[in-house]
Amino acid sequence: MTLAMATPDTNLDLWLAQQTDKSLLRFLTCGSVDDGKSTLIGRLLYDSQLILDDQLASLKKESHNRTVGDEGIDFSLLVDGLAAEREQGITIDVAYRFFSTDKRKFIVADTPGHEQYTRNMATGASNADLALLLVDARKGLLTQTRRHSFILSLVGVKHVVLVVNKIDLVGYDQTIFDQIEADYRAFAKDLGFQTLAAVPVSALRGDNILANSDRMPWFTGAPLVPYLEAIEVAQDKAAQPFRFPVQWVNRPNLDFRGFSGTVASGEVKVGDDVLVAASRKPAKISRVVTMDGDLDSAVAGQAVTLVLDREIDVSRGDVLAHPGTVPEFSNQFQARLVWMNDEPAYQGRSYLLKVGAQTVPATITDIKFRTNVNTLEHVAANKLDLNEVGTVTIATDRPIAFDPYADNPLTGGFILIDRLSNATLAAGTISFGLRRAQNLTYQSFDVNRQVRAEQKGQEAQIVWFTGLSGSGKSTIANLLEKRLTSEGRHCYILDGDNVRHGLNKDLGFTEAARVENIRRVAEVAKLMADAGLIVLVSFISPFEKERQLAREIAGDIRFTEVYVDTPLAVAEQRDPKGLYAKARRGEIKNFTGIDSPFEVPSAPDVTLHGGQEEPAAMADKLHDWLKI
Amino acid sequence: MTSTRLTHLQSLEAESIEILREVAASFERPVMMYSIGKDSSVLLHLARKAFFPSKIPFPLLHVDTTFKFKEMIAFRDRTAEEYGFDLITHTNQDGVRDGINPFDHGSSRYTDIMKTAALRQALNAGRYDAAIGGARRDEEKSRAKERVFSHRNASHAWDPKNQRPELWRTFNTRLNPGESMRVFPISNWTELDVWTYIYDQNIPIVPLYFAKPRPVVERSGTLIMVDDARLPLEAGETPRNETVRFRTLGCYPLTGAIRSDAADLPSIIMEMQASRTSEREGRLIDSDSVGSMEKKKQEGYF
Repeated sequence: MTLAMATPDTNLDLWLAQQTDKSLLRFLTCGSVDDGKSTLIGRLLYDSQLILDDQLASLKKESHNRTVGDEGIDFSLLVDGLAAEREQGITIDVAYRFFSTDKRKFIVADTPGHEQYTRNMATGASNADLALLLVDARKGLLTQTRRHSFILSLVGVKHVVLVVNKIDLVGYDQTIFDQIEADYRAFAKDLGFQTLAAVPVSALRGDNILANSDRMPWFTGAPLVPYLEAIEVAQDKAAQPFRFPVQWVNRPNLDFRGFSGTVASGEVKVGDDVLVAASRKPAKISRVVTMDGDLDSAVAGQAVTLVLDREIDVSRGDVLAHPGTVPEFSNQFQARLVWMNDEPAYQGRSYLLKVGAQTVPATITDIKFRTNVNTLEHVAANKLDLNEVGTVTIATDRPIAFDPYADNPLTGGFILIDRLSNATLAAGTISFGLRRAQNLTYQSFDVNRQVRAEQKGQEAQIVWFTGLSGSGKSTIANLLEKRLTSEGRHCYILDGDNVRHGLNKDLGFTEAARVENIRRVAEVAKLMADAGLIVLVSFISPFEKERQLAREIAGDIRFTEVYVDTPLAVAEQRDPKGLYAKARRGEIKNFTGIDSPFEVPSAPDVTLHGGQEEPAAMADKLHDWLKI
Repeated sequence: MTSTRLTHLQSLEAESIEILREVAASFERPVMMYSIGKDSSVLLHLARKAFFPSKIPFPLLHVDTTFKFKEMIAFRDRTAEEYGFDLITHTNQDGVRDGINPFDHGSSRYTDIMKTAALRQALNAGRYDAAIGGARRDEEKSRAKERVFSHRNASHAWDPKNQRPELWRTFNTRLNPGESMRVFPISNWTELDVWTYIYDQNIPIVPLYFAKPRPVVERSGTLIMVDDARLPLEAGETPRNETVRFRTLGCYPLTGAIRSDAADLPSIIMEMQASRTSEREGRLIDSDSVGSMEKKKQEGYF
């Protein structure tokens, strides 16, 4: 047999019809570094005669001094496209390659094997239907084999082929292959793969790629390519409940208002009753619009514009569904995360969460455990480092519509984004919504914050002082409180000492504990402001993210960030509590300014220059600015 | 459609439309690069489909190097008029003032000034936060590595070793001030997909893709079309009429023609399937050095 596509001959129209009617299989290659992923893809491209003459000539030139097969080519050069990759002989980022046979079109994601590039492997896996997991026959299962398997399972790849490569280097030994297959099946039994096949190959020599190899008569399974051509991976997405995340409101003129998006699952027909998942407002589908003409219905995967029979409030991020099969709608859920950033994940930190077309602020409320990728055991954790996988609970600022990832990857997969750098921090999959959130709705009391504050003749608010220990925060806050109290206002000061001795006495000074410390203080400040008070918070709060978090927790309560900018030398010289001296002697660890950083606020509302001005003058200045 | 399964062209089309809509919904000032070639024609068709019945909600930008084929410019203006999209053209006026051309200054310097620098000028002038391009991953090795939403720093540079993870179709479209995004909706299409889609959807393309007799000169094995009098003829060189066509379009002095009789789409597709050289071979800028495309992209080239 040949892998190359038939070329058009006599019946061109028939040939073209075949080209437009093929199915598409997206798969990835993964596994540990040096297991031969790039070589395997190069082999597939070469055997499908997709390497063109000019490419072949330059490849042969570059293959000089490298390990080559019978053809004199280092196939991995075909896919390692970045200069750094070619220099170092490793794959850094996922590369996409394309080949076709008469039966199928294939999109291959070649993913990196190094642990530090696991996030790029996850990128490749997230859009794949099937994975080729490579193992070096000489080495057997490695940590990366297991890590990649776990990530495949996490992002929902259901079909796996264990490709035992370099079988030529172990003398085509069946017992070695059988042992690796048995080891892997034992490891993977709980990972939820629907199909798992194992094939012994030599990518370099082409054994068991296109056809069964004469050198392994003991292997009677399907060779790799025929297996990929035949496997059925399509889930019947059209049979699942209808989900339509609205991407863009289509409004060319006053007479037309449609909702553009891609059907994530299920099917929708003209005349169907639908609901907006968030508001539960009902409507009927009146048209399914495309440029090629209106359709009677649309199924999973189609990009269309839906028109409703009545004017209801629908915007980007809303999800349309059929009554009776609506998605969950909640602000709390349990999820699994693959952490993808050098800066670890902490409980209490605020991030942006994007699921479908919805983007909302969200907080990791609890890191339940981390999963050891080698043993799949659960390990207690209070943070997640780069490439670690954890199970967490997440709270979003407002409820969102979602499905468990296992039911619907497109409405159950999300990313976390850093609020300052905008980096993509994590990939997450929703396990289930937490019931307590579904049942909990905030009572809309007649007596509210405004009423309570008006009773005191003031605007309830939070003034948040940040700055080094000894910068003068508490001194200024005290002076401000005195002046406001004399003017008939009702204030309260929260400072590090009064809170650390009570509410937060269980917390230490590690980074994770500091995050939790700030979160609690911010929540207390919010409750006090809700009671109608002017709350003055005097906290070192050295991290931008925590100050941001405090501001978010405050919600619509007026929040003023005051940066008391006193030079370290001045603060250290004052040293009112003798703490700097202790820190310098090493008796206190993680002391801000000494061995723990202070992140200067990027956009404080007010900056006061301690060390240059007298505290009373600064308090007066702040008082004037606040106009309380 | 007969079943609930989409064909591969239908899935590619839907995926591209979803990406285009995400750009329109997520960015303040998107723009679509319009190079007038076949990939741009497909991109334009997809954008019309994505927003129908609305007009395309962003402008199209053509960087005119002043050395494009005359037929390309005519096609561009005709197409803009027929579909009524907002067309912006930009030429590097510094380059025009200095008389920059590929003959006296070499292809590499000419491309830097009239294409790469011109593009940066146009993107800065328009303060565009997202630029949509028609690049495909099957074109070139560094393109095969690039994300669909590809982040650029404030000087439009790509950091290939530090790309954002891109999960599912959940694209991170957020930017810091000054940064921008390049977006490639047809990343996952192959050259054959593009041609079969043009055939299937009956999409108009520049006639230069079809074979017909054209005046050419042959230089080191490359056929250059004499599109106007600016091409300096070497001693003893006379243009002669040959039946040729182009597999890729750009600046006429830098674009090689191929001898061909393929005068309609089916013949082009048939010729392509039988061909044994890659598409970009006709472009004289990629072959300067190994990894030259990656380097150009880091400097802001598409």
